[in-house]
Amino acid sequence: MVPKELRCLQTHEWAKREEDSGIITVGLTDYAVEQLGDIVFLELPAVGEKVTKESEFCTIESVKAASDLYAPVSGEIVEINESLSENMELFKADPYGQAWIVKIKADDMAEFESLMSAEDYEKQLEG
Amino acid sequence: MPFIANTAQQQKQMLSEIGLSMNDLFADIPSGLMRENFNLPIQASEMGVLKYLAELAGKNSTHLTCFLGGGFYDHFIPSAVYSIVSRSEFYTAYTPYQPELSQGTLQAIYEYQSMICRLCGMEAANASLYDGGTALYEAMMMALRITGRNKIIIDDSVNPIYRVMIHSYTQNLNIELDETNCSNGLANREKILDLLDEDTGAVILQNPNFFGCIDDFTEIAEAAHKKGVLLIVSCYPISLGILKTPGEMDADIVTGEGQSLGIPMSFGGPYLGFMATKKKYVRKMPGRIVGKTTDTKSRNGYVLTLQTREQHIRRDKATSNICSNEALCALTASVYLSLLGKEGLKQTAQLCADKAAYAYQHLTSIPAVKPRFKGKWFFNEFVIDLPSDAADVIGSLIEKGLAAGFPLSRYYKNMENSMLIAVTEKRTKQEIGMLAEALEAIL
Amino acid sequence: MKLIFEKSVPGRRGVRPAKSDVPTTVDIKKELLRENDAQLAELSELDVVRHFTELSRRNFGVDTNFYPLGSCTMKYNPKVAERIAAFPGFADLHPLMPQLRMGGLLTQGALKVLYEMDMLLLEITGMAGFTMQPLAGAHGELTGIMIIAAYHRDKGNKKTTILIPDSAHGTNPASAAIAGYKVVTVPSNKDGVMDLDALKSMVNDETAGLMLTCPNTLGIFNPHIKEICDIIHSVDGLAYYDGANLNAIIGKACPADFGFDIVHLNLHKTFATPHGGGGPGAGPVGVTDKLLDYLPVSIVVKRNDGTYALEYDRPKSIGYIAPFYGNFGIILRAYVYILMLGKEGLTRIAENAVLNANYIRVKLQKYYDLPYPGLCKHECVFSACRQAEKGVHAIDIAKSLIDAGFHPPTVYFPTIVHEALMIEPTETESKETIDGFIDTMITIAKTAESHPEKLKSSPNATPVSRLDEASAARNLDIASI
Repeated sequence: MVPKELRCLQTHEWAKREEDSGIITVGLTDYAVEQLGDIVFLELPAVGEKVTKESEFCTIESVKAASDLYAPVSGEIVEINESLSENMELFKADPYGQAWIVKIKADDMAEFESLMSAEDYEKQLEG
Repeated sequence: MPFIANTAQQQKQMLSEIGLSMNDLFADIPSGLMRENFNLPIQASEMGVLKYLAELAGKNSTHLTCFLGGGFYDHFIPSAVYSIVSRSEFYTAYTPYQPELSQGTLQAIYEYQSMICRLCGMEAANASLYDGGTALYEAMMMALRITGRNKIIIDDSVNPIYRVMIHSYTQNLNIELDETNCSNGLANREKILDLLDEDTGAVILQNPNFFGCIDDFTEIAEAAHKKGVLLIVSCYPISLGILKTPGEMDADIVTGEGQSLGIPMSFGGPYLGFMATKKKYVRKMPGRIVGKTTDTKSRNGYVLTLQTREQHIRRDKATSNICSNEALCALTASVYLSLLGKEGLKQTAQLCADKAAYAYQHLTSIPAVKPRFKGKWFFNEFVIDLPSDAADVIGSLIEKGLAAGFPLSRYYKNMENSMLIAVTEKRTKQEIGMLAEALEAIL
Repeated sequence: MKLIFEKSVPGRRGVRPAKSDVPTTVDIKKELLRENDAQLAELSELDVVRHFTELSRRNFGVDTNFYPLGSCTMKYNPKVAERIAAFPGFADLHPLMPQLRMGGLLTQGALKVLYEMDMLLLEITGMAGFTMQPLAGAHGELTGIMIIAAYHRDKGNKKTTILIPDSAHGTNPASAAIAGYKVVTVPSNKDGVMDLDALKSMVNDETAGLMLTCPNTLGIFNPHIKEICDIIHSVDGLAYYDGANLNAIIGKACPADFGFDIVHLNLHKTFATPHGGGGPGAGPVGVTDKLLDYLPVSIVVKRNDGTYALEYDRPKSIGYIAPFYGNFGIILRAYVYILMLGKEGLTRIAENAVLNANYIRVKLQKYYDLPYPGLCKHECVFSACRQAEKGVHAIDIAKSLIDAGFHPPTVYFPTIVHEALMIEPTETESKETIDGFIDTMITIAKTAESHPEKLKSSPNATPVSRLDEASAARNLDIASI
């Protein structure tokens, strides 16, 4: 169940706006985590890297699949969750909390506002 | 029918059990697309086939004493290699996708990967590529992936056949190949250091190089790393019995041809491309990789790992398109290296060097023969200059029962009178003497 | 079982090289030498033989039992081919021999093998010229795409995409991408074959070509195959045939007649050369007339005097894609196989392969879902969806087959079928073996209904049980150094 206040991409990333700041936190939905199976590796981008909305910024690997993660907004990576590599179980345990992947300083908050809501994302999963 | 198990009776029975006729089985192919007649030879018996192929085998001049090298060598293959590798549990098995049934193949490949690392002084190796040439191409692509650049520096002392292959593969790609001309038998250090810049992805060198000369690339590695450039070294595994390893030179990716490790020359293949690299680049390495793990009862076991880099999962984003590799040849190399062991490999390498040195002395003592790269250290190959066309001389020596060497004019300009001679532990003092005698007589 | 390094005893010797018979000893200068010896195991010959013998007993080959891996064609490997490949006249032949002056005359036997194979494959596929250089199927695919690129370059066409079906083997898109093309995926329709309308809408002036296997990876023959090739040709695109499934049609139909311009064959599949635990293979590529100029060099030709020679002078050739003439040892084995089957035998292969596959299809269709229930060719694809509802997945079925002494079929491929089980028996399997397999599959299906938990812990009869693949990837240990 995706927390109501989050936004989602069709490609199963979630995005959260941090308070009133221009920072967007990004992670993977529990659906994606389940599909991937045992996650074994995460190739994080570097802090300072620029990303573009809907282009790949990171790769995640499980035993049977490798997926690219797509940025929900354009901007600059300001923080990466380095402890994730040592604690892959967090993806299953706390996908919307401790398993956040990166924080992006958004260039244009309107991009975030235009993202699909959590509710719509879950609806299209069923459909 | 040979190898087809079911009798006509059984086929009839099976068809009736499923309610279909033989025609029904092919009814899905539009009739216009079926072919009635294939102009093929009539069936041969096993006896007939053996006789015919024995005749063909007899038409190949393997009786000539072999002084040919160029990356492929006439080394001694111990008998136990054949016995082990012809075990059908090894050679009739498929890729070990079901690990519980394939621990033999998997452990053997893990051991092979380990041996390649130990031999080359590197941290990680894959389960094999097709041959030394495609391995070098894959290494190049891997370096470009890692650095995100598109320029390569390659010296012409690297095997010319491999260089032609690399040119062929990169025709449709946006990759710049800068070729440097070797300087007096060694890679052109000066030019390479001059060309190194932040657009370069990798420098490709070979040791010993195509002319047999030995070098140390540590200085080049250092200079390259300062600019974020990787060093790729193609090497000759037998020579690593004694020579400085690419790992000790701080090479980033090591490749080579493993044919000299117990694999017959077999007129062009199958061969063995090996690749090794630093731990930090493992995920960018192409090919299959075997890893160690445990089972549900905590016993040690082996599986294919990091498969998500490969084509069957990553498809168009895979590190390479390679699927079938040279698994059986990798096994052969493992067996060979295990039979020779630490001392045996070292001794074989020393024998090659000693016999080549003896041949060099003997041949260059002929007044008309000059060493091309005087003063350069060489392993088991060297180049001599003759007063006339080398290809003609080699042609005449064939009549004396010798495959005396390789005419370099085939791949190098201004080397019409030069020939490359290789000497392995199989060449005897007598054979070397015969070569010298015959050569002197012709010149 | 211990690693070979763990069995090492310092000072123990195995095979000893012959002592030097030359007076020279060379001391290469220290700076060029390795600092420490290569740490290879020190063992006696018996130690080594026992180690690898033990390893072989932990393996499973076609010679062990039924190996119905779909898409792999695990047929019997004739021993006569092994014997011939070992003839010193072939095994000891240095590849540079023909490049010496008059060198071709030194290798007439080998060149004849290459030439004759060329002729036989032309007849089998209907193509106009072959290259024996590609060292594996995927390598053949890359070669074929490079030929496509050369053709378009030569004609000044601006082409950027290759069309590939969603059911394709992963090497297809990988090969196209590596050759510099963008991959466009064409969906399959409800019958499991390429959606013709979708194809028509996706083909445009950017289309360099199409890669297709027929029958496809579901074992289904596309009745519109000729039309598909025509559509590609209409934009001057080239149609590439992935010959991995040739066992279904060999001796019955020719890819050239379907309209294909390029074909690759897998000698280690259709032509019975051994799989070797993952290789070596060989993937010769055939082309139609209009692409002959682009074939890699060298090519074996027959001169007027009946001798064979290597031809290099082909200005439009894509160059060398292998160091020499291909995996000669593998080509030789395939040649022997074709000679032993001959005209009479070659036409029976597909008949029996297709019969065996349909026999399995009909006998198991009551127990396992058949996503595409019609006639199949040499392989059939089931889905374990029904069993999955009880918690028994394709992987559990596969592992349970292992305990019954069979190698499992291919699982989870093609990806367009959920819980896929792809079964390819081949023509070298007997009715009794297949009946045994069918009985086991039925037992498994019944157990999945009544006692699904019994299937979750298999295999139990092997040296290791299910292995922790996640841990293998996370805690990477890929060498003992």
